[in-house]
Amino acid sequence: MRRGRRACLRFRRTAAAGGRAMARFLLKHLLFLCLTLVVVSFLVFILTELTPGDVARKYLGAYATQEQVEILSKRMGLDRPVLVRYVEYVGKMLSGDLGVSTRFRVPVKDIIFDRLANTGLLALVSFLFIVPLSMLLGIAAGMREGSLLDRVILLTSAVLASVPEFAMGVFLASIFVVSLRWLPGTATLEPGGSWPIATQLVLPVTVIVLFDMGYVVSMVRASMVEVMRQPYIRTAVLKGMSFRGVVLGHALRNAMINPVTVILLQINYLVSGVVVVESVFAYPGFGRMMLEASLYKDIALIEAGALVSVFVAVVTQILGDLAYLLLDPRIRR
Amino acid sequence: MDEAPRRGAQRGRALAAWLAPLANLAGSGATLVGLAIVLFWVAAALLAPLLAPYPPNATDVLAAAHPTPSAAHLLGADQLGRDILSRLLWGARRVLTVAPIAVLSAVMVGSFLGLAAGYYRGFVDLLVSRLADILLSFPVIILYMIVLTLFGSSAFNIILVVAITKAPIIARIVRGLTLQLREREYVAAAKMRGESALYIMLVEILPNARGPLIVDMCLRMGYTTIIIGVLGFLGIGLPPPDPDWGGMVKDTYGMMSVWPHMSLIPCAAISSLVIGFNLLAIGLRESAFRD
Repeated sequence: MRRGRRACLRFRRTAAAGGRAMARFLLKHLLFLCLTLVVVSFLVFILTELTPGDVARKYLGAYATQEQVEILSKRMGLDRPVLVRYVEYVGKMLSGDLGVSTRFRVPVKDIIFDRLANTGLLALVSFLFIVPLSMLLGIAAGMREGSLLDRVILLTSAVLASVPEFAMGVFLASIFVVSLRWLPGTATLEPGGSWPIATQLVLPVTVIVLFDMGYVVSMVRASMVEVMRQPYIRTAVLKGMSFRGVVLGHALRNAMINPVTVILLQINYLVSGVVVVESVFAYPGFGRMMLEASLYKDIALIEAGALVSVFVAVVTQILGDLAYLLLDPRIRR
Repeated sequence: MDEAPRRGAQRGRALAAWLAPLANLAGSGATLVGLAIVLFWVAAALLAPLLAPYPPNATDVLAAAHPTPSAAHLLGADQLGRDILSRLLWGARRVLTVAPIAVLSAVMVGSFLGLAAGYYRGFVDLLVSRLADILLSFPVIILYMIVLTLFGSSAFNIILVVAITKAPIIARIVRGLTLQLREREYVAAAKMRGESALYIMLVEILPNARGPLIVDMCLRMGYTTIIIGVLGFLGIGLPPPDPDWGGMVKDTYGMMSVWPHMSLIPCAAISSLVIGFNLLAIGLRESAFRD
């Protein structure tokens, strides 16, 4: 308790300095975000436009004649230097023109945000399960290091995190779809089928939660174990505080500092890493769209999708760092 | 004392120190299970040419009509009548060739960058760390999809992208360890002796960073096995027709309601191998802490 109060006082004294530190923090991270977006967009641009087979060839497919390819190259201005075209491309992106998808034959912005919203739904529902479940299990395991409960939770989560998502999907589908016929095997999100949308989400969400939870549980546990080893915990135990009081009153908040960052980073996985789950269950999400775009060499969609996923990744990183800063007053100084 | 035997004794002690974590492993049941699973698949991979009852890509029309497990095909056959047991064994050989090469390449590149960043600090550190930040901020699976569809998904390209995306993680770990180890007395002594920076990094610092590195390599093997499986499942993995566990699932999971064994068996194989690596990693980490 005393430690908390002292930290609080120190915080009040340094609130002004904290504000400045916060501004510096945000500025630094926004700069990093911009730098990353520039570097990544340039790399993706180079990758897609300079790799074997030029852009016009990718647009027209393998059966177009060389003459057609050359005409299109001229018309698209592809004979100009790369840097000029990159600058032009960035200008277009900034003005909101994301180009046209050759795979889906619609403007990129008409498809990319729909797919992001679908993945967002999947991610949100999964997140709502992952956070409380992994916190509960991680704390239960970490409060008594080496206990039977700890061993069981640690081993179970290690085993669950070892099963690749597609294998977990196949295992669960063979039980609940093929044998028991309780759930649909696909989640196409189309209403009017024989299965309501809520039941379509059950299996994809379960696979994501089981796969991702193993990792988060082990991070929460590790943090809890470390806190329980601190001298102030021993002091609390020695002065006769109940174990419950020690865990809830002293350990919990301090043990949450590291995992919050980890948990926020899971958003990144949930947005682009779920491509496997989306493929298993034919879910019309962002990851599967990127896979199709890559397979069909749909350049405009690849470039826009890559930028979106990097943007999400960097923003969640910044949020993670920010949460760390807010939770741990020592960093602010 | 003569120079040669002293060197020999030193080397013997060094070897014992390297092997100490292995001796400690015996303490944990889970670790032994992990070790047994990994050794099982390593043996399967090594002996695949002897153990496999059929060539991995040989089709059998009769088996295609009745693909369920039988005396002729112990684990059944797939939709083309290829023997699943044979494909499983050869698939183990393939994944256990590609994954270690990818992990070792990542460890070599990552260790080198991490050592340089931690030892020289300053500008080198800034460069390596920022580069790692940018590479790590890119969602890897998206990167794999873009690179492998554009350049083709050969074993070489898969090793290359895995090494490039995993090296920054290893570089971070090694950098952290190097920052601690560079302040040790034996590093100062080596500097006084006038050893080169390369010698100090490779002979004085790297061997002392091996504990966490070995644990990480074990975890990394598990992840890489998952990645190779996932790439195969997405259709951008090791090229067919040679067997690849993820690819075997991709080809058959549409037939789950009729022939579930075709996709369940390779799924069980890849899951067990990754579980083996991860249990081993947990045990290695615990025995490292016990020291």
